[in-house]
Amino acid sequence: MYQSQAVIGITNARKNPPLEQCVWPADALNNIPDWVYTSQAIYDREIERIFRGDTWNFVALEAEIPNPGDYKRGYVGATPVVIARAEDATISVFENRCAHRGAEFCRSSQGNTKEFVCPYHQWSYDLKGNLQGVPFRRGINKVGGMPADFKNADHGTRQLRVTTRNGVVFATYSDKTPPLEEYMTPEIVEEFDVAFSSKKLKILGYCRNELPCNWKMYHENLKDPYHATLLHSFLVVFGLLVPGIKSTVVADKVHGRHGFMASSKPDEIYATVAANDKAEMRSFSDDLRLRDERFLDYVREFKSPWSANMMTLWPNLIVQRQMNTMGVRQIIPNGPNSMVMQWTMFGYEDDTPEMTRHRLRQGNLMGPSGFLGLEDNEALKFVQEGLRNSSTDNNVVKLDAGHEGSARNLISESCIRSLYQYYRDVMDIRVAEKAA
Amino acid sequence: MKDRLAYAKTAVSPRRAAELRAEIDSFHVEYCAALDANDVERWPDFFCKDATYRITSRHNALLNMPVGLVYCEGLDMIIDRAQAVAHSQMFAPRHMLHVLGITRVLQEAGNTVSSQTPFILMQTLVEGPSTVHLAGIYHDRFVREGERLLIASRQVVHDTEILDTALAYPV
Repeated sequence: MYQSQAVIGITNARKNPPLEQCVWPADALNNIPDWVYTSQAIYDREIERIFRGDTWNFVALEAEIPNPGDYKRGYVGATPVVIARAEDATISVFENRCAHRGAEFCRSSQGNTKEFVCPYHQWSYDLKGNLQGVPFRRGINKVGGMPADFKNADHGTRQLRVTTRNGVVFATYSDKTPPLEEYMTPEIVEEFDVAFSSKKLKILGYCRNELPCNWKMYHENLKDPYHATLLHSFLVVFGLLVPGIKSTVVADKVHGRHGFMASSKPDEIYATVAANDKAEMRSFSDDLRLRDERFLDYVREFKSPWSANMMTLWPNLIVQRQMNTMGVRQIIPNGPNSMVMQWTMFGYEDDTPEMTRHRLRQGNLMGPSGFLGLEDNEALKFVQEGLRNSSTDNNVVKLDAGHEGSARNLISESCIRSLYQYYRDVMDIRVAEKAA
Repeated sequence: MKDRLAYAKTAVSPRRAAELRAEIDSFHVEYCAALDANDVERWPDFFCKDATYRITSRHNALLNMPVGLVYCEGLDMIIDRAQAVAHSQMFAPRHMLHVLGITRVLQEAGNTVSSQTPFILMQTLVEGPSTVHLAGIYHDRFVREGERLLIASRQVVHDTEILDTALAYPV
């Protein structure tokens, strides 16, 4: 069986410190210590304070479970859950753990059912996760069985609070998480609604990959416009993103935890890159040309100035819109050194067959074999491998120093700085005193 | 679930299937040799002009989802993919090894042959172990052009539900 940890499985103990030793360097804004990505104690606190804290976690698209009885397996943080639509059409999210002996009872990835029955002792649950039946509850001939005071209502699955916006389903463990729109903040809601208007979605398919990197690196990658024109030569060559293009890199104004990177593709297929910018970009090639240029057609289907928008919604959702290829990605943390990415590609119900094929063709940009997606996956793996056993232990985020939140241009790490300012607060991480 | 991946009997006699299997084997020996030599720019040579190529999971295939990890309509897109992998993509150096099972010949009609061939794709990274990267079945339609078979349609349907990091090369 595949195991990415098979060879790099050992993390230097110094990179896996207990919480009390996790003190952020004094110049906190401009530095990120390695233990943020490698400490098991930090990871455990993230699960408690972030994924089970006051956050809305993406769990599904409504189009995946359109009818009563439809369900799918999913995750909140690393915790397996079931997302199901009940007879009254409401959506419930509950832990995929039998209240009896803990078995993960829902085994099919998706389907339609009237109830869930745990295969071990056949305890049954309704579509909202409430316990319905316990076999031999009264024993045999009144011997054995559950105590008289046993109540089904006290032994359901752990149920989460659920909310939706325009077909996207979120869940939270906390009673204190504010309403979704307030949680997202207005400018994020506005961009979110471009992909998710009231138009009905059509699911085009799934993929899943494991990345041997810390889950936060994926957020950072999408708050890091600096990498986009350097790592992704494809973007540059075909004019999808070049230095100086109309673009924006936004962090939400309230917490700096959500954000998006958006750009507007010029009408020419191939970019003109100024000679002095070209010299800075080793990956740039003047010779690469497509034989099938349909791939770069952009059907202007949205009322938005941006032809591409990659949005991160804290803590586990990425909304991808690159020209006409659309998708959501869910981050599933998997220990400090690993994460699982679940990709769901979609279009709209009123797409013509040709529009669906256009989206599928353009889908070659994304995913674990995508012209862009592949490179991010590889780069993040390199980072995690680099920091697990190195003797040094600091990451530098000084681009456009002195600025936090929304970036002034693509050569900036201001959004990463604002994310970690928020993070230190939620995680209650101490910052070292400045040396006198 | 009775589905499009369910077992279906072959329409070709055993004797004719054996002849065609030998031809398809000869095709695959070269196809895999080119890919296992990391010579991705030769990969388009195995396709006819209007060929389609898709890599997708069994999960997607069962749900009749059209998406592909790689999705090519026509030889030009196949060439673009090969060029992009060879010249524009950043990924760690690796060796791939295709190990194929026995081909089932399903149908022969005029100059086209439909077949299925199971495969295991091994991946070896620098200083790494050899791991099973993908396991699945090629669902193929070949077309005869002169002496050669060429792929008219290849659906790479993989059982693997979780991919290790990325799939860099075509399968």
